[in-house]
Amino acid sequence: MYLYDDFDRTLVEERVREFRDQVARRLSGELTEEEFKPLRLMNGVYLQLHAYMLRIAIPYGTLSSAQLRTLAHVARRYDRNYGHFTTRQNIQFNWIKLEELPDAMADLAGAGMHGMQTSGNCVRNITTDQWAGVAPGEIEDPRLWAELLRQHLTLHPEFSFLPRKFKIALTASAHDRAAVRVHDIGLRMHRNGAGETGFEVIVGGGLGRTPFIGKTIKPFLPKRDLLSYVEAILRTYNQYGRRDNIYKARIKILVHELGAEKFAREVEEEWQSIRDGALALDPAVVAEIAARFRYPDYEILEDNPPALKKARTDDKRFRIWLDNSVANHKLPGHAIVTLSLKREGEPPGDATAQQMDAIADLADRYSFGEIRVGHEQNLALPHVAQRDLPALWVALDEIGVATPNVNLISDIIACPGLDYCSLANARSIPVAEEITRRFKDLDLAHNLGRLHINISGCINACGHHHIGHIGILGVEKNGEEYYQVTVGGRADEGAELGKILGPAVPYAEIADVVEDIAAAYLELRERPEELFVDTVRRLGVEPFKDRVYAAR
Amino acid sequence: MTSPLQQKLKVTGPVVVTANRLGDGAVVYRSVDGTWTTELAAATVVTTTPAASDLLTAALADKLRAVDAYVAPVELIPEQGVRPGNLREWIRCNGPTVAFPSQR
Amino acid sequence: MPLVKAGRIIEDRFVRVLDDAPMPEGVPVMLPAARLLADARELVLRQAPTGVIWPNDRRIAELVPYLDWIALVALVFPTFRDGRAYSQARLLRERHEFRGELRATGQVLRDQLLFLHRAGFDAFEVTKEKDATAFAEALQRYSIFYQPTGDGRTSALRARLSRGSSSTVPERREFVR
Repeated sequence: MYLYDDFDRTLVEERVREFRDQVARRLSGELTEEEFKPLRLMNGVYLQLHAYMLRIAIPYGTLSSAQLRTLAHVARRYDRNYGHFTTRQNIQFNWIKLEELPDAMADLAGAGMHGMQTSGNCVRNITTDQWAGVAPGEIEDPRLWAELLRQHLTLHPEFSFLPRKFKIALTASAHDRAAVRVHDIGLRMHRNGAGETGFEVIVGGGLGRTPFIGKTIKPFLPKRDLLSYVEAILRTYNQYGRRDNIYKARIKILVHELGAEKFAREVEEEWQSIRDGALALDPAVVAEIAARFRYPDYEILEDNPPALKKARTDDKRFRIWLDNSVANHKLPGHAIVTLSLKREGEPPGDATAQQMDAIADLADRYSFGEIRVGHEQNLALPHVAQRDLPALWVALDEIGVATPNVNLISDIIACPGLDYCSLANARSIPVAEEITRRFKDLDLAHNLGRLHINISGCINACGHHHIGHIGILGVEKNGEEYYQVTVGGRADEGAELGKILGPAVPYAEIADVVEDIAAAYLELRERPEELFVDTVRRLGVEPFKDRVYAAR
Repeated sequence: MTSPLQQKLKVTGPVVVTANRLGDGAVVYRSVDGTWTTELAAATVVTTTPAASDLLTAALADKLRAVDAYVAPVELIPEQGVRPGNLREWIRCNGPTVAFPSQR
Repeated sequence: MPLVKAGRIIEDRFVRVLDDAPMPEGVPVMLPAARLLADARELVLRQAPTGVIWPNDRRIAELVPYLDWIALVALVFPTFRDGRAYSQARLLRERHEFRGELRATGQVLRDQLLFLHRAGFDAFEVTKEKDATAFAEALQRYSIFYQPTGDGRTSALRARLSRGSSSTVPERREFVR
């Protein structure tokens, strides 16, 4: 992971000092709410239904154990002993007081953490997949490039007042776990015919009111040109993105209205003027940043050590967890462990301060002090030796983060919804909780296989419902909570938007509908190995619609 | 529920004016005496558009203590008093409908 | 609305002359874009400096032919949240090497002063009196800048390299012709 140097630390401290002054000027009335709001948003401070909410950036989803302990401290000292991990690899605290925010931010700054640009019309947390640097078959670690971009785009004087928010994601694996095709800029690392590594640049993806899959405007961009090309895209967007209507202000609308080809030409013209200037990445500059990326001093180990083999045979519960939550590591003898934050009947993606501390300790013991945050709102320990898996599992099970439901129907991705969020039309957390109760039988969940449910409480789609295998969107009808269901969405390299199943259903029926969809899948699938999303692709929406709405 | 901040003012039943307290974001309700209270029972309830408009105008002018004031519906229940008038207001008044994650 | 330049509040010597109003003689003037473009041939002969107020939704390319004799370009922030003029400013300063006064107008507040300065503005019609007197403080908020602009401040990337490192990498400007 990347280690801050004194430049990075100083910047964050200066930011805290600035924000402390801004809060003081707001509390004294020198700043109006209209003047203060964009400033607090640029520090990740929202005003929600009950309180202020603080969103803290976890750059490309990588956390040290010291940082996780700091988050636990913030949860205890300034909040209500828990935090919520989000679909963009950030963490949110829901009960923060404005008056205490400067102190909370000072505490976070001590661990190199901050809320800079986690909200507002600027470039947001740059995300990648939670297995970056350890996934088998990955071209190279994309986090180096995410860090270069992060620095370049932090407090960028030209791009701090864009038409709207801006989200960038990177992937370096054939299987895209970062959903790059539904971001404002998606960057896919790959090799060209000459064996060089570069980026496919995809722009104008996004969810929300008008969802779009992004368009490729540059099939291969050399590494050297990453910053200048992104700068050209942002300069084009900053000047020509719509400012008259917030629902039409994302870059996806500009790309759609101009057409991808014309947009690409505008960017190219701008880029030609700057590609050989100060933003061209010298190898020396890249090496300087890369030198502060620390990698574990891995032991040389063999796959399938005796301790693991024995536990596999002896303990059925361990074996179920192993098969579900543990993924192959690029190095023999090692593993990537996913920690499910989707316990039955609990808010998805939440962790208590106690759990955070315990996970930090386990990370120190078993994962070289490193934790990852995934956009599916689970955590991961990326550097675990296979021989440690049995002992680790006992500890994870003890703290409640070993539910073997990763990627299954009860591994639900959900926004906070109307229980917390002032933008929401309907609640999402109790819907998720009820679904986990209906599918608590692990045999059933395993039988259904990989099945992603995404729940958004409103059209802003923070739950990414458009790309859920089953997507659930909260809407309002006559003051009541209703839910629109879509099926067949995908977030990966085959990214697709889900199709509407039928009329929206009331709160009391939504969990029933999910059960009916699951039952329909079991009936309709060709064979057990056919994933739900593939059955939908093969048969379309109609057979599901018929079964679900037959009795409604 | 559509954000009340975006709705035009048209009062057809009992309403209060509500906002978030500047310093800590807590939900507060306006009293006609110019103070804010966290107790819905102590809020001033009005039933006409002009009265609501006056209350809201005064609330919005009070920029130092409360933020994003708007008019919210309430129900008047005999022998129970004032209750929130929709789910969103119920949640603001009483907190999330779901428990926090449990310690283990 | 105080005008800040070179860190001090100064008198604005430029007179805003809008649309069809008569042009005062021998006095620096600021004109709307349409008037500049229409009357350029006469204006270039003026004895006193001529400036233009350039809207934030018009391409800088249209202004480029006049940059060698225009004394001032005023760019506009209709609200401080509309950031188009930051790009315009950088293009003027860095790509087109405009050396005259580059003035920020509209809603110009303390918390954007450093961004404005980095983007190339050297004059500021500051909306609030109190922000004008806090100008120096606003500029000193940060000592670390990740990215280079035309303002001459060393970027963190460069500063790191020059810190006892083996290779020296020449400083380059972002915009090249």
